[in-house]
Amino acid sequence: MIWLGIETSNSPLSIAIVKDGQVVEEIVQNENLTHSVTVMPKIEELFQKAKLKPVDIDAIAVSEGPGSYTGLRIGVTIAKTLAWTLKKPLVGVSSLQVLAANGQDFNGVICALFDARRQNVYTAVFHGTTIEPIIEDHHSSIEGLLEQLQELNMPVLFVGLDIDIFKEKIVAQLGDQASFAPSSLALPRGAHLIELAQKQPLPSVEAVNSFIPQYHRITEAEANWIKDQKKGQ
Amino acid sequence: MNDQYILAIETSCDETAAAIIRNGTEIVSNIVASQIDSQKRFGGVVPEVASRHHVEQITIVIEEALEKANMQPSDLTAVAVTEGPGLVGALLIGINAAKAFAFAHGLPLIPVHHIAGHIYANALVEPMEFPLLALVVSGGHTELVLMKEHGSFEVIGETRDDAAGEAYDKVARVLNMPYPGGPHIDRLAQEAKEGIDFPRAWLEENSYDFSFSGLKSAVINYKHNMDQRGEEIDPQKVAKGFQDSVVEVLTTKTLRAAREFNVKQVIAAGGVSANKGLRTSLEQVFEKEQIPFIVPPLKLCTDNAAMIGAAASYMYVAGVRGDLAMNGLPGKELKSWI
Ligand SMILES: [Zn+2]
Repeated sequence: MIWLGIETSNSPLSIAIVKDGQVVEEIVQNENLTHSVTVMPKIEELFQKAKLKPVDIDAIAVSEGPGSYTGLRIGVTIAKTLAWTLKKPLVGVSSLQVLAANGQDFNGVICALFDARRQNVYTAVFHGTTIEPIIEDHHSSIEGLLEQLQELNMPVLFVGLDIDIFKEKIVAQLGDQASFAPSSLALPRGAHLIELAQKQPLPSVEAVNSFIPQYHRITEAEANWIKDQKKGQ
Repeated sequence: MNDQYILAIETSCDETAAAIIRNGTEIVSNIVASQIDSQKRFGGVVPEVASRHHVEQITIVIEEALEKANMQPSDLTAVAVTEGPGLVGALLIGINAAKAFAFAHGLPLIPVHHIAGHIYANALVEPMEFPLLALVVSGGHTELVLMKEHGSFEVIGETRDDAAGEAYDKVARVLNMPYPGGPHIDRLAQEAKEGIDFPRAWLEENSYDFSFSGLKSAVINYKHNMDQRGEEIDPQKVAKGFQDSVVEVLTTKTLRAAREFNVKQVIAAGGVSANKGLRTSLEQVFEKEQIPFIVPPLKLCTDNAAMIGAAASYMYVAGVRGDLAMNGLPGKELKSWI
């Protein structure tokens, strides 16, 4: 069974091809380039290196969010179009879970987070060895997250490129409870994405058309509209 | 010779569209999923909302285009997609879907300019005769384009501020009309007996450029003055006054350009070319002038993928190709491809 994994949820990019449980090709990069320009040429390059044709794939995995809205949409649009037109199943995996997999075998919990600006984060907390969620993906203030983690009262490993932004606050609140994954574990990997996708039941090919990113936030315009509706009542 | 079939995708604004075009002249299928019901509540197109809808619709729309045409990817000659101008986040959905589809089936890619698409909507109605003058009027554009042959574009005039359609939407808001305002103003203007006398922006004597922001301000000031005097405005009179000004300027400049460049055909394209007041005025003027005047049917005036496929068909023959590194170009200029 051959899997293609696409991870573009934030500025890093990772693509992997896994055949019968073995990683055949994987790229992980953090060059801050536009995904729209880089992703398809990289996919083509990986297929050429692996001596595979698009029709050879059996399933596709994609990081479904949260993350940068545009990044997510580029990855999901490519994954969705390939899966739909090649008639293969498409599996979505939380982009926070993919990142958390970098800290696997930590003795405690793993907190993955992305900066969501204005002292907010997209975050989730996972079991250190199984990478199963303990606190599901959500949008939160950094303070809110740190309070939740304090209540857990377990060692926490923070992973992600954005942990530096919040390091001071984390240390101030959690002290020794917190540790930080090194920068070599800060980039999400397509191979982890595929591994996590393989744990899920394969959805039907018909489900591809309705696949959408998990933004974990409604748009500002919709939020304002809902507010106005409530005022009007 | 084998028939040429192009799958075209368009997502530059708030319509998710796919079409299949045969030999550049015949629509095999033409699917448009409009977001207007969702965008209406915001009084305009919200880019982030538009992008989210495009992701939801994109494969559904392409699938429908293939099914309606009763075709397989292997029957296609190429995949075309709008490269720009438009909302960047919206463009990216169509472009990445087109690239993935082209890669999956080993098909060539053709990047199409949205305005070239609007103009080529006419190739689906009648053969184009050169030199040709196109008036492109929509929510995002007001341009006079001269074409001396296929793939040759010269923008001889364009708006310096608001697009005509944009002015329509803003004036509609002043009159408390729902979005999109164009059709409402058109209807009110048709019903009115007389209109308020609003100014016409002719700019420099020889200019083919347009400006609609002064007219928009004049309407807003008129409403403001009436409000201060405690008088009610008559929406019909305002609508007619506004529309008369827009139509007169557009018609006069188009006629002057048609004469100067001695064109064999005049084309109107873009969403605002669906406006009855504008259509009637242009039809009358060019009938008198004895220059063939063409407006595509309504379905091909507003954004659609059939027009993108029509332009792409000629680009394909001319050897124009995109690649997998293609990006969305929100401010792309209209350039000749020959
Ligand atoms: Zn348009």
